[in-house]
Parts: sequence; structure tokens; C-alpha cells
Amino acid sequence: MGHATIEWVYVGVVIAVLVYVGADAWNVEKMLTDAPPEAKVIKVTGQQWFWTFEHEDGTQEIGELHLVKGVPYRFEVTSRDVIHSFNTPDFAMMIDAVPGRINTIWFAPDQSGQFLIQCREYCGFSHYQMRAKLFVEEPTTSGGKVTNASADLTPSIGATAAAS
Amino acid sequence: MWEILFSTHHTDIGLLYIYLSTTAFIIGGALAIGIRSELFLPGNQGIIPDSNTFHRIFTVHGTNMLFFWLIPFASGIGNYLIPIMVRYKDMAWPKLNAVAFWMLPVSMALVWLGFADTTWNAYPPYSIIRAPGPAAEMWIFGLKIAGISSVLGAINFVVTILKMKHPDLPLMKTPLFVWATLVTSLMIIVAMPTFAAALIMLYTDRLGISGFFNPAMGGDPIAYQHLFWFTFHPEVYIFLIPAVGTAYELIPKFSRKPIFSYGSGVIAFVMLAIVGFASWAHHMYATGMSFTEKTVFMVGTLAAVPASAMHIFNWIATMWGGRIKFAAPMAFTVGGIVLFFFAGAGGIVNTAMPLDFLTHDSYWVVGHMHLFLMGMITFGFIGFLYYMFPLITGRMYNERAAMIQFWLMFVGVSMIFLTQHVLGLYGQPRRTFDYIPVQPLIILNQISTVGAWITAAGAAVFIANLIKSTVSGKPANMEDPFKLGEQYYDYARREPHH
Repeated sequence: MGHATIEWVYVGVVIAVLVYVGADAWNVEKMLTDAPPEAKVIKVTGQQWFWTFEHEDGTQEIGELHLVKGVPYRFEVTSRDVIHSFNTPDFAMMIDAVPGRINTIWFAPDQSGQFLIQCREYCGFSHYQMRAKLFVEEPTTSGGKVTNASADLTPSIGATAAAS
Repeated sequence: MWEILFSTHHTDIGLLYIYLSTTAFIIGGALAIGIRSELFLPGNQGIIPDSNTFHRIFTVHGTNMLFFWLIPFASGIGNYLIPIMVRYKDMAWPKLNAVAFWMLPVSMALVWLGFADTTWNAYPPYSIIRAPGPAAEMWIFGLKIAGISSVLGAINFVVTILKMKHPDLPLMKTPLFVWATLVTSLMIIVAMPTFAAALIMLYTDRLGISGFFNPAMGGDPIAYQHLFWFTFHPEVYIFLIPAVGTAYELIPKFSRKPIFSYGSGVIAFVMLAIVGFASWAHHMYATGMSFTEKTVFMVGTLAAVPASAMHIFNWIATMWGGRIKFAAPMAFTVGGIVLFFFAGAGGIVNTAMPLDFLTHDSYWVVGHMHLFLMGMITFGFIGFLYYMFPLITGRMYNERAAMIQFWLMFVGVSMIFLTQHVLGLYGQPRRTFDYIPVQPLIILNQISTVGAWITAAGAAVFIANLIKSTVSGKPANMEDPFKLGEQYYDYARREPHH
């Protein structure tokens, strides 16, 4: 059984690599899984074929989302009709929008600028155009507090359909 | 030709399966070429008129390739070879065998004529409340019939192998291809009923008389995904294992060496079959699963890797130091194994929980699963079809054309699907009619499309070779057509019709 030894060594190496990958993934996911308690809540609703965002203070945006750099946000994602998937590829954030459920995901934008929000689960006719714009703004301080930058911007209704 | 339509002899049924599946492969491939050509440039190219047609095309492409190419082809070669390998005169139930085959054209007609737009996984609520009928109903019944067909075929294989095997032939002395078919058939019998139930629930939901998956009626759409993937993650191995079996059949012969370790091949088959049932929800990380659930399914998924790695080790060790003859069957098998390695490596990235959110539902996944389906499995099957060509026709195929086809397809497939991994990392979602006209996306899509055209050229050579060699190929030396110094399959088995 000379061939058994080398095969065991090989299988051992493969298992060692897998254990490393699994352990590291577990570790990273553990860090990412819970939002910090001070995170601001944004309600995200997908429907055929646009996104609606509602900030904590009740302001709503359609097709655009304005966030402030460095502030943690927790998204409560749901859908009105079929399954969509809320995805910001630049921040590797993605969670399904499932009707009848609220899924949560969080992130704190670490760079400012304009980014893409898109639907990543097939949802019908205009799935490929179901996009929104994510604006991350530099924090403006007034009295040491971060203001909600979206309040002084008019939401552009219908901007969703416009391709990027 | 006419007499095989009414035959129940195993080689005739096998040949019908091979005809049907090769046809499905070509027409399904034509749909894929349409998809890739449309995506050559951003914006509507007019090759596919609108997004709805595009959705219908990728739905039928996926359904067709999985259920009318991969599964029937595996049944076809199984029908040909299993009775020969277990030394019995036919399959255990020849009439049932014919019934199982003849359900497939019906199911294929339903899927093709319906041309549904549900995607091949038909997630509710879209497939319940939005997908237009009667296409979706035809899709449901088409898959229902295909499912029954594959269960009947699987039962026939299990009984033939376990009960009709020659009494002097112990199971541990049968070729590994027999093990592959046995394990695959058992998996079909265990996995398929779950999806069959889900299909019925989907249908009554569409009728509005139940609300299993419809949140408006208190149902849970995620429940469908569990039922679906409980069938279709094992189904991935059901597609894969027959191709692994053909590789075990070809590699020792073309390396002119005995297999490195028969025992580890059997162990890896059985492990894969069992562990394959423990990883279904890794397709659903993004549906809002808890941290614990994700961890469980990540471990289950990683646990399936050592078995696949054992197969690859076994093949390399068998080839090591052998006098390898790179005829077309061997070239396709080895090329498939190379692509299989890349597919497996990409799979480990997918299952690592934080990385899955980069790759899931993006073009990465499209590239990843096509490297399995087109790379390992289809390459293995094409190679094996060339190996069986003398057995089926009594003639030799054109070796040079086959090698040209191999290189076209190997280069083409690598260009299509390795590039798509990168597209996914740039965030292009799968199942999209159009993409944002920015630079890395455009050039990567174009490389992928050119790859598809090269692959199509290879497929054209393939079909021309099959037809021409069947009609006017050189008569094969039936004792040892590939000059490997080993006995070929029992040619006389092809002859008696009854």
C-alpha cells in the first residue's frame, strides 16, 4: 500500500487549506455580522423596478440614496412584490429583498463619491435597469454633530429608470 | 433508424438518448450564442429584440442544457455500457427503459414551446404572481415529466447493477463507471421527490388555490428555495459524477496503466454522494440566513471538496509515468479536468461567507458553474462520445478534426468563463439584458463573446465530424480501435434488435 501514504498526505494538505479558509471566513463574518448599536437605520424597499429609501427622520428618497462618510448605517431591506437583491458592488454589500421579510445588513462608507446601487436577483422585465445612485458625502459639522446631508437635497423621482 | 424508435434494446435506447441530448446541446448552445452576441456591446444590439425575449432565452438555455443535454447523455452512455459492464443481456426492465426515454421528447417539447421567462430556478413570488402563462405552466409540467423520466431511469440502473450483475462479478470488481452510475442513480432517487413536490406546490400557487410560497397569502418564498436547492445541489453532483466515471474509464486506458487507486475512487464517489446533501443552502446566503445557518452550510460545502480533490489526485497519479496517448477522448478528458480545477478553486471562494457577497448572483457565478458544466462535464462527455464512436457506428471519427475541435473549444471556453469571473468581481449581475457602458465591462464582455464564437466554431466542427464520419468514416478495428493494446467493448452487443 505504498500509494496510500502519499494520498493521505495530499488529502491532509487539502483539508488543512479548507480548514484555514473556513476558519478565516468564520472570523471575518463574525466581525461583520452585527451592526454597531449607534448605526442609523435606513429602510430599503424594492419593487418592480425601483428602490425606495426611508431615513430615520422619515425623509424618503427614490432612486437615490444620500449617506455621510464614516457613519455606520443599518439597512432594513424588504420588497413589495417579487424578490430583489439590494447590492452596492463597490462596498461588497448585498442582501435579498424578500416580500414578507425584513433582512438587515450594515456598512459604514469609507470613501465619498457617487456609487452604484443595483438589483442582483432576477425580477422581471426591467431587472437589468433596476439601479439607483448612492451618494456618499463628506461629513459637514454643525455644532459638532453630523447633519443629515440628504435633507437639503431634493429626491429625483424617476431617476431610477435612467440607465446609470 | 426506424427500427430503433420502437426498440427496447439497451443499445438502441442508449443511442436515442445520445441523439436527443446531442441535439439539445446544439440548439441550447445556439441560444447561448444569441445571448453572448447580444452582450458583445452595451445597449440593445437587435439580435435579441427585448429584455423579455432575453429572459426567455436564458431560461430555456439553462433548463435545456441541464435536463435535456447532461442528464440524458449520462443515461445514454449508461444504457450502452452498464449491461455490458455488469454482464447482463439488457437493462433490468427494457420496456420501462423505453418509457423513461420517450417521456423526454414530450417534456422537451413543453419546455421549448412554452419558452418561459422564470429562470431555470423559477423563484417565487416572481414565478407565481408575475411570470406569464401558459409558458410557466408548460415549464412546470415539462420539468415534472423530465423528473419522472430520470427517476424511472435511475431505478432501472440501480436494479440492473445490484440485481442483474453477473453472480461471478463482485461489485468491487466492476469498472468505476458502474459505481458512478450507481451513485448517481441513488442520488436522483433521493433528491428528485423534493423538487417534484415543490413543482406541484408552485402550480397550485399559480392557480391561486394555495399560498405555500406566496407572501400575500401567508406563504414563504424562501421555503421554495430550500426545497429547490435540496434537489438541485445534489443534482450538481448528479451532473458531475457520470463525467467523473467516464474519466475513470478513459484515463487508465489512454495512459496504458492500471488505475492508481480503485478504492479511493469508490470512497470518493460515496463521500461525494453523501456530503452533497449537506450543502444546499450555500446557494442562499443572501436570503437573510443567520450566522449559524451560514456557518453550517459553509462547513457542509467545504466538506465536499476533499472527495473531488481525491478524484483529481487519482487521475494525475494514474497518468504519472504512463505512456499517454493524447487522442481526442483523452484530450477532452484532461482539458475538462484542468477546467474542473479552476471551477473547484472558484467554488471555495463562493462558499467563504464574506466573499460570497462579492460573487453571488454576479457573472462570477455564471463563469463558475459553467466551468463545471461546460468544462468538466461537457468536455468529458464529448471525449467519451468520441471513444464510443466506433462502438456505435463501427467507423472511426476524423481524429484531426476532433483535435481542432478540442483546441477551439478549450480556448473558447476558457475565454468565456474565466473572463466572466472577473466581470463578476466588477459587479455585473447575472441575467441582465444590458450592462453599464463603462470600460472594464465592455472589453471583458467582448472577450467572453469572442470566446463563445470560437466555441461555436468548435461545435460546428463537432457536428460535421459526427455526421461525416457516421456516413463515410474509415471502418474501425473493432478489437482495439485506438491501438491501446487493450480489448475494446463487446461490439456484438450492438447487433441484436428485439
